Amino acid sequence: MAHNGPAPTIHGLMAEFDKPTALVEAAEKARLAGYRNMDAYTPIPIEELNDALGLRRTRLPILVFLGGVLGGLGGYGLQFWTQTMAYPMNVGARPYHSWPQFIPVTFETTVLGAALTAFVGMWALNKLPQPYHPVFNVPEFARASTDRFFLCIEATDPRFDASATRQFLTGLHPVGVSEVAL
Amino acid sequence: MADQRAQSHQTSASPEVAALLSRTPAVIEPGHTFDSVTETISHTVLSKKTPLGWFLGFGIAFALLMILNMTIGNLLMTGIGIWGNNIPVGWAFDIINFVWWIGIGHAGTLISAILLLFRQQWRTSINRFAEAMTLFAVACAAMFPLLHTGRPWLAAYWLFPYPNTMGLWPQFRSPLIWDVFAVSTYGTVSALFWFTGLVPDMATLRDRAKSRAAQVIYGMLSLGWRGSAKHWQRYEMAYLLLAGISTPLVLSVHSVVSFDFAVSVLPGWHATIFPPYFVAGAIYSGFAMVMTLAIPLRKFYGLEGFITMRHIHNMTKVMLATGMIVAYGYANEAFFAWFSGNPYESFMMYNRMAGPYAVFYWSLIAINATMIQLFWFRSVRDNIPLLFVLSLLVNVGMWLERFIIIVTSLHRDFLPSSWDMYAPTRWDFGMFAGTIGLFLALFFLFVRFLPAIAMFEMRTLVEEETHELDRPGMV
Repeated sequence: MAHNGPAPTIHGLMAEFDKPTALVEAAEKARLAGYRNMDAYTPIPIEELNDALGLRRTRLPILVFLGGVLGGLGGYGLQFWTQTMAYPMNVGARPYHSWPQFIPVTFETTVLGAALTAFVGMWALNKLPQPYHPVFNVPEFARASTDRFFLCIEATDPRFDASATRQFLTGLHPVGVSEVAL
Repeated sequence: MADQRAQSHQTSASPEVAALLSRTPAVIEPGHTFDSVTETISHTVLSKKTPLGWFLGFGIAFALLMILNMTIGNLLMTGIGIWGNNIPVGWAFDIINFVWWIGIGHAGTLISAILLLFRQQWRTSINRFAEAMTLFAVACAAMFPLLHTGRPWLAAYWLFPYPNTMGLWPQFRSPLIWDVFAVSTYGTVSALFWFTGLVPDMATLRDRAKSRAAQVIYGMLSLGWRGSAKHWQRYEMAYLLLAGISTPLVLSVHSVVSFDFAVSVLPGWHATIFPPYFVAGAIYSGFAMVMTLAIPLRKFYGLEGFITMRHIHNMTKVMLATGMIVAYGYANEAFFAWFSGNPYESFMMYNRMAGPYAVFYWSLIAINATMIQLFWFRSVRDNIPLLFVLSLLVNVGMWLERFIIIVTSLHRDFLPSSWDMYAPTRWDFGMFAGTIGLFLALFFLFVRFLPAIAMFEMRTLVEEETHELDRPGMV
């Protein structure tokens, strides 16, 4: 991260809003003002924030696709290997490689591979579980999981300046602005 | 309340639409805010007071659970001879109850996944406990085939492909192995889906908890969730993908269960109608169980504002639709028994209708084909005590259906010299009652310690109802 000067002594500044629309507008304005290292915290998913914060689309779908493909190939491969090589058994004179009978298990392992990737991948990309995060130092933040909406501009942002950023956030008409200790 | 909802749409809707809306109850009682929904749902969990009725219900369930332990203990010491099944009826209560429980689970996935993809808002307040129901039902179901092996500790290498010193591998051409994969995948994916849905609610409980213990436990379960927009984006994507993956999965599970029967050559089992007929039956019985659980839940915990008449009506309609598919399945079986011209097929049907188990056959027809016609009437759909009784009867009807499919097909097959009768023993009943105890005990614990309604999804619903973000509305 391009950051000049001494290492930041705080995590950032956080503005609290009581309406989702106010937060989306604030995020939009902050992005237009040139802030990049920021995040919004909300009690519900708000699609509009993806654009307002300029978030990139997640890579998750492609990972899940690959997980599904791997699951399917693995499942089919396991059946092919066990039924034709490792433990061939003649059942009603059917061919050892009786592929139609391998389809149900291949389907299930495809689903399993995709679902496990979706689950593990989402938490890993989100870097969760994470026991500690500075935003929890703000007492008001307890309401972020109920009915309050927060915008945090982080001190690592090149344009961050303790007083100018605070002034900028206050101009967005929040309920309050708090300093987030590291 | 419906009038207010209609009014909010008046600017855009024609009088006809407004009139229709006023007839349709809202999916959530108007006037709720983010805080009020969160408080109402989390209060049940975080409150120090446990209602007396909870202890009573949990006590009964726990007593039944002890019967399960006793039955399993005796089974492992004595062997599966304590059950009534024997040749020719080698599959009886184990498979009946297995199919019954697995079927019940299907409604949970239908509600959480398929209705999500179809953007059915009314799924929101019932999906969490329906998913919990799925998990508990799958746990009950899995117990039957596992214990039917008699020595479940050996079942590992019979069922799961893992390298072992004997160099043995499972037989992948057998539908029973497909079943193992289908059910274990289903259980795993349902658990992942359920836990994923719970995480943001765990964060809410962590932030609202007063006691240190609750803060620590819910804090750990919340994985440090902080509602970051970056997280929500991936979260919503993962949730949608899991729903998309679960949709074909849930259809596949009961199809594979039906293959256990359909792939054999036995009259009464060997039928191509089985997969769709089983899937419809599963959803039908599952919705009946959701109804059975939802009616007391909304009553005792005062959740009528969240689980509204809209939900009750819609669940009834789903039961009617899927019940009619099941009834079509019965008609189809009877028709093909006659149309095939095969004497064994015709005898199977004759034996079902007039044989020693005929009373069960006609009871299931009375419930699953005749009684459900009551659901056409709005007065029935509005009558909650009646619906509770009817939903219990549907569960009975679907249990009888599996009994008839399994027992009547097996007890008189091709060779009259090997015909015999089947009767369950008290251990069969003990095990069945025991799994009901396990299911209810888990459900009581769930309602006490976890939010039975998805809080963050209810907040999203409040948001959509109030149109704060000015999105195109979804009706």
